[in-house]
Amino acid sequence: MQASDLSDDPHGGLFAFWSLGMELIGEGWTGETAEGAPEVPVRREHLVVVGNGMAGCRAVEELLARDSGRYRVTIFGAEPHVNYNRIMLSPVLAGEKTFDEIVINGLDWYRDNGIELIASDPVVAIDRAGRTVTSRSGRTLGYDKLLIATGSDPFIIPVPGKDLPGVISFRDMSDVDAMLAAAGKGGDAVVIGGGLLGLEAAHGLTLRGMKVTVLHLMPTLMERQLDEAAGWLLKSALEARGQTILTGADTAEILGTDAVEGVKLKDGRVIPASLVVMAVGIRPSTALAREAGLAVGRGIQVDDHMVTSDANVLAVGECVEHAGQVYGLVAPLWEMCRALADGLVERHSGYKGSVTSTKLKVSGIDVFSAGDFSGGDGAEDIVLRDASRGVYKRVVIKDDRLVGAVLYGDTGDGSWYFDLLKKQEDVSQLRDVLIFGQAFASGGGQADPKAAVAALSDDAEICGCNGVSKGQVIACIEKGACSLDAVRSGCKASASCGSCTGLVETLLALTLGDEVEAGPKTMCKCTSFGHDDVRREIVAQDMRSIPEVMQKLHWSTPDGCSSCRPALNYYLLCALPGEYRDDEQSRFVNERMHANIQKDGTYSVVPRMWGGITSPKELRAIADVVEKYDAPMVKVTGGQRLDIFGIKKEDLPAVWADLNAAGMVSGHAYGKSLRTVKTCVGSEWCRFGTQDSTGLGVKTERMTWGSWMPHKFKIAVSGCPRNCAEATIKDFGVVCVDSGYELSVGGNGGIKVRATDFLCKVATEEEALHYCAAFIQLYREEARYLERTAPWIERVGVDYVKARVVDDAANRDALAARFLHSQSFSQEDPWAERAAGADAHLHKHLAEIRPFAILGAD
Amino acid sequence: MTTTADWLDVGPVDQLPVMGARTLPVRGGDEIAIFRTANGNVHALVNKCPHKHGPLSQGIIHGTSVTCPLHNWRISLLTGEVLGEDRGCTPVIPVKVDGGRILIGRREALASLAA
Ligand code: SRM
Ligand SMILES: Cc1cc2nc3c(=O)[nH]c(=O)nc-3n(C[C@H](O)[C@H](O)[C@H](O)COP(=O)(O)OP(=O)(O)OC[C@H]3O[C@@H](n4cnc5c(N)ncnc54)[C@H](O)[C@@H]3O)c2cc1C
Ligand code: SF4
Ligand code: FES
Repeated sequence: MQASDLSDDPHGGLFAFWSLGMELIGEGWTGETAEGAPEVPVRREHLVVVGNGMAGCRAVEELLARDSGRYRVTIFGAEPHVNYNRIMLSPVLAGEKTFDEIVINGLDWYRDNGIELIASDPVVAIDRAGRTVTSRSGRTLGYDKLLIATGSDPFIIPVPGKDLPGVISFRDMSDVDAMLAAAGKGGDAVVIGGGLLGLEAAHGLTLRGMKVTVLHLMPTLMERQLDEAAGWLLKSALEARGQTILTGADTAEILGTDAVEGVKLKDGRVIPASLVVMAVGIRPSTALAREAGLAVGRGIQVDDHMVTSDANVLAVGECVEHAGQVYGLVAPLWEMCRALADGLVERHSGYKGSVTSTKLKVSGIDVFSAGDFSGGDGAEDIVLRDASRGVYKRVVIKDDRLVGAVLYGDTGDGSWYFDLLKKQEDVSQLRDVLIFGQAFASGGGQADPKAAVAALSDDAEICGCNGVSKGQVIACIEKGACSLDAVRSGCKASASCGSCTGLVETLLALTLGDEVEAGPKTMCKCTSFGHDDVRREIVAQDMRSIPEVMQKLHWSTPDGCSSCRPALNYYLLCALPGEYRDDEQSRFVNERMHANIQKDGTYSVVPRMWGGITSPKELRAIADVVEKYDAPMVKVTGGQRLDIFGIKKEDLPAVWADLNAAGMVSGHAYGKSLRTVKTCVGSEWCRFGTQDSTGLGVKTERMTWGSWMPHKFKIAVSGCPRNCAEATIKDFGVVCVDSGYELSVGGNGGIKVRATDFLCKVATEEEALHYCAAFIQLYREEARYLERTAPWIERVGVDYVKARVVDDAANRDALAARFLHSQSFSQEDPWAERAAGADAHLHKHLAEIRPFAILGAD
Repeated sequence: MTTTADWLDVGPVDQLPVMGARTLPVRGGDEIAIFRTANGNVHALVNKCPHKHGPLSQGIIHGTSVTCPLHNWRISLLTGEVLGEDRGCTPVIPVKVDGGRILIGRREALASLAA
């Protein structure tokens, strides 16, 4: 099963994959048009080239090198220029080069080789039967061989306003001129497309003094070439240079009356701009070939000798499709041109397709990628992260061969990896040192990393963050530190960023042999850190996103796994209330769907019933939903509310809308969050009731609902020590007595029943609520993800909790204040948002297949 | 719509959330799940976990695998094989993306009907 190539997806991103710095400097010719090339007398075969760009002219160069007398050559060019190096338009825009400096072949080249250049006059028709081409000015020329090298057309997203003055693409010199003119007036620019082309445009415009915003549809920049980790580093670097990068930004419309005034996104945001550059992708320019009846797929189809479906018509460059592939960079077209010229002089060699690599031409930012880094079965990732130097390296190995590489920050070894990749060399011998680069891997006799570490001198630095030498680490181990964790707490080595973890582990193995003890559990196999370390560092280093945590703490996988992603998402959410944007794809299905998945893939829906109290209106609404959506079962839960079973994901938003209409909100029966507040009837009705337990339960639920927690959290309030609400097996329990409220914590039912520990007794409802808020916040901030209050308290001890929540009043107040602050952002009913249309894609099928009739997508 | 004898056009690729999935019911046959990975590749599997038929479309996607929402088995998006300790396989449907549209293999998509 092959991965699909999205490269021509107009919204997703770039189709062009830039090759490694292929730089061609012209001879300094400054003319703009080329006319009056000398007539060449003798009757030779006539080769007409359509397209005076990189591939067309290169093909002619290759031909001349083989047999300069064989063909008479005429080149038509749509642009008013001689042959220049298109990839260098970026440095021209950035002010690093002038147009003269990027000319590849000046007028003298055409003249000296007897080539007629017909510039500013595109070919508009091909008559294959009569073997002629006709240009826009009406000129008709006969040919023996025709070469189509029309390149690509920029893709313009079909939104309102796309034709306004000030909306330009980035393809040729006239686009650069237009951008420079706009930049001269200053102001705001929007670049649509965060691929290579867009980022190079944004870089140039920033250097030219504009305030630039980049809009990118996908969640990470250059997603075709970079993985999430490298994309995040790139985004941070560009933001540090003053660009605004909006990912997940879908353009709805370009605003303006006589000229561009701004861009409106589908989510309603408006970004002002006097210049809009569309760089969302390119499409092979095939119209001419298609009209001439040549075989065209995604590009003009050619064989290994670049011959189209007509033996007298050849094609080369970005406009062609070879073996199902189209290319958007120059390296492949050099190879194509060689095969083409060989064919034209009957020395057929044949083009075999190209492996490509990518580099971004933004000065000071080093990015490299090559091959396939989507991983897959049997593929193994080796990741090296060095947070202090801003370096991320990843190589992907499959069957002892290098299949992909992504480098950020230090791309020195890019060409070495690319070479290994192209040659498909066996790298099993290099496996352990591959990631350290060529110099290290080939550094005489050091191929065994253990031997390399053993050979280090005692004062060699192991941990850069804490300045710990090899001698100090060994001393620490000899003093009794038998595990990674013990070394971390003993001498601080590897305790900060973790990048030296491998070295410390090797030292442990060298010093202790088999006696190394496994440390406490790490979060998952993606990291050498445990939950507590990660939580601490997130706060200490003010980390703000999942990729940032993974980079700074040296995650050994590119995008984590289903264990660490949800945990990191929660830790960030807890650390940055109101600021952190929840990552939907890091949520377990129930929290993503706001309902509980059942064994048959349907969902159950539990609306909140505050304190277990309901009303005829709510019951009627529930009854109506059960009937309307044909729910097979409705059941009273153990949490004092009603559970509607068997709802299809497509029906969820409508079900919620109906429940919302009766005033009900999500019960979070699915969440690592506040579940229920169970109550008994209390003093209002019960002959034993001492306080209003129902009323307090409702108040407690109103305060705590909607909060995200490390695990589920249940509360109960009983009106007297008979404890009908089972308050002593809840995470937070209140038992009312005549003189006040007894608070207890850390209980649960479940596999291992645990009764609560007594926390304290308070006199008023207000105090009970205040302690509840403080306790929840302590749990939210300090427990490990998926650790319920019971095991957490068993681990830290109830005395610790008392010290923080009961004995220390200032701390209690601060905790409660932080909880309420966080709650001010989390009490939006997630159902209401969905019912109003948010994330509709989660509930709709993409399409439906009916055999023999296929329905389209929504 | 570029539906052909071999390929079914099932919609625009931008309708697939990154690191997410969408479903495609087949009348009278097995529902198909279409996934998109972090770097934009698209894959399709029958939407049925080899374990107890959990809807794979609802799992967490990481790298080129999906973790089943019911009991956390990990399934390869490339081969449909269960990864790790457990064993099993779910059918893969070939996918390609052309001009921003998702095309899936007709024969494989309709395979469950034959049974
Ligand atoms: C619906 C309900 C059973 C019922 O019909 O009564 C229920 C159903 C589930 N419980 Fe429960 N529990 C329900 C009340 C309870 C109770 C009673 C209570 O809350 O007073 C307990 C014991 C008290 C406790 O939590 O300590 C309870 C202890 C568990 C446990 C064990 C928790 C533990 O810490 O050991 C699990 C497993 C887990 O969460 O990991 C669990 C897990 C589940 C799950 C979520 C299993 C799952 O992951 O799919 C079930 C979801 C079914 C669904 O789709 O709705 N359920 N579960 C109850 C919903 C209450 C509500 O209104 O939200
Ligand atoms: C800003 C920018 C930066 C780039 N950076 C890199 C990079 O770093 N690395 C890399 O590998 N690639 C890069 N590329 C891509 C690279 O420039 C292209 O892959 C390469 O130019 C393709 O060559 P081509 O001859 O197929 O097309 P082109 O160079 O576009 O040549 C086609 C020519 O044909 C003309 N034409 C079209 N239709 C007609 C007609 N009917 N009649 C006459 N003439 C016609 C066009 O006007 C054009 O001049 C970059 C591209 C751009 C725009
Ligand atoms: S007791 Fe077991 S079977 Fe019953 S609802 Fe809870 S988890 Fe499901
Ligand atoms: S059904 Fe998928 S893991 Fe059990």
